[in-house]
Amino acid sequence: MIQHLLDGILTGSYLSLGAIGLTLVMHILRFANFSHAELLSLGAYAALVCDALVSGLAPFLAVKLAPLSLTGSLILAILVSMVLTGLSALLIDRLVFKRVREKGQELSMVFASFGMALIMRNVIGLIFGLSPELYSRDIAFATILSRDPLILVKPDQVFVLGAALLLMFALHLVLSRTTFGYALRAVAENPSLAQVNGVNLQRTIMAVWLIGGGLAAVAGVFYGISHQLIPVMGRDLVLPIFAATIVGGIGSVYGAVLGGFIVGIAGNLALLILPSGYTPSVPFLMILAVLMIRPHGLFGEARA
Amino acid sequence: MIGVISYLVFFATTASILAIAVLGLNLQWGNTGLFNGGVVAFFGAGAYATLILGGTAQAGHLGGYGIFYPLALLGGMVVAGLMAWIVGLLTLRLRHDYLAIATFGVAVAFENLMRNAEWLAGGAKGVRGFERPLRTALGDGFIYNLAFFAVVLLILILTYLFLQRIVVSPFGRLLRAIREDEEAAQSLGKNPARIRLIAFITGSVILGLAGGLYGTFYAFVSPQDVLPTLTFQIWAMLIVGGAGNNRGAIFGAFLIWGAWTASGWALSRFAPVEVQLYTGSVQFILIGSVIVGMLMWRPQGFLPEHLVVSHKGKTKRKQQGEY
Repeated sequence: MIQHLLDGILTGSYLSLGAIGLTLVMHILRFANFSHAELLSLGAYAALVCDALVSGLAPFLAVKLAPLSLTGSLILAILVSMVLTGLSALLIDRLVFKRVREKGQELSMVFASFGMALIMRNVIGLIFGLSPELYSRDIAFATILSRDPLILVKPDQVFVLGAALLLMFALHLVLSRTTFGYALRAVAENPSLAQVNGVNLQRTIMAVWLIGGGLAAVAGVFYGISHQLIPVMGRDLVLPIFAATIVGGIGSVYGAVLGGFIVGIAGNLALLILPSGYTPSVPFLMILAVLMIRPHGLFGEARA
Repeated sequence: MIGVISYLVFFATTASILAIAVLGLNLQWGNTGLFNGGVVAFFGAGAYATLILGGTAQAGHLGGYGIFYPLALLGGMVVAGLMAWIVGLLTLRLRHDYLAIATFGVAVAFENLMRNAEWLAGGAKGVRGFERPLRTALGDGFIYNLAFFAVVLLILILTYLFLQRIVVSPFGRLLRAIREDEEAAQSLGKNPARIRLIAFITGSVILGLAGGLYGTFYAFVSPQDVLPTLTFQIWAMLIVGGAGNNRGAIFGAFLIWGAWTASGWALSRFAPVEVQLYTGSVQFILIGSVIVGMLMWRPQGFLPEHLVVSHKGKTKRKQQGEY
């Protein structure tokens, strides 16, 4: 029970990071972006490549930071990957979404994002092959917190949770304390009115993609550290991330954080009553439950 | 020669079944503007329910009701409609993202349930033991396939005529009115949520019909048949053909199914062996590019919707792009 709760919190930390970017995009650009989870895979694989490059160029960084299985080069690679993934998100918007936005209706964007998800997922599969990859081949030993009941925690997992919370806190400061944060909220409320008041719409949209992509990259790497990297990881992550945004309420960053943890914990607690084969259905059941009880999520508001 | 003809019949049967599904999606997306992200779940519900209701008894899972075939097919349609009713009731009042996400979730959960619940539909092994109707009279060969194709074609034509009727009826106008401006329709005393629910269920019932025919054709259905791939294929067919145009939907179904079959054949024939492992990936990239490319360069599809605008007693035809 406690072990499942703990695992759920750790799952929640990367789901939350993914959901923050998704909820921002859904709020500002007003479409359900089904390719967001592919940004997580992109970030994870970008970090894998960067990690190999950095440890090749600067072998002294490839030393493990005990007790973690993480190396200095991987941490550097995460930072590079954040930038790269953010820029890729921006590029995809420029090349595809912006044009579709100008041509069609809101829902054309949803179609386009599905198409992009297919392309991205399978290009990654073509480049890296369909077999799983790992950041570290060493076995990460778990620390025993308690023997009865048996509770195991890997040092890496603690690092992932800590880093995720730190990032969320930093984002909170940006959103609540800076002019940029206000501009972002203004655009989400009413794009035309925000523009009248001197908010640069294009620049705000660019910032949303950069932030969303950057957080997605971190989420992808954390997923890779906790599990493994496979090209189809986006397919398995897209529904949990959507569930997190719906539970939290579309458009609410704090809702996305909370939603991520709730979905992560629920998915792990469900193992107590359901066979593990049914785990992929849990996010869907949560979406149904939220729509029945509180359709706009915990922190969401009604918006047409 | 007979081999080529028999292959063509096989191809045309599959394409016609998919065309029925595309017509169902067209009612939802093309005419009403409802995004169905889980096409395959409604298709699959029709296939599974038809085979379970009409099949012979199987150890270990539901089935063996041996119901008269047309009733079994009808049962498949009802199950698909019931699923649509539940999902629609929960999501159609909310902003349209919710329907997209919830229907996508239905597809994931449906495949997941079919793969795991052995007691229900045989799990990963699928539903077997279905006897194709009239098999004793027509045998298993070419004659049967030809007769089956004729039936599928007839159902396709009937579905097309039914939907064409809807498009020109007051109900069809109401669907388009809600799609274009929900508040205006509401101000005229219409109930958009209810009308959308009706359209969503009707479209899903047609998807279930296509699924039932598909299951009958192969006399077998397994979780491999209800993968998200099928959703993407059916969408590409509608977008390429032209959303909102029933003829476009049928045209798109044949075109995309032809392209899909041809690309698969070409890859297996000409691509190097080490690439062949990735045939699926290459085909997915192609279908993704078709969807994205069409939306960027010709969002109205090859056969665009004809919007009929009443104008001083005369009828004037306009293309959507001119608005």
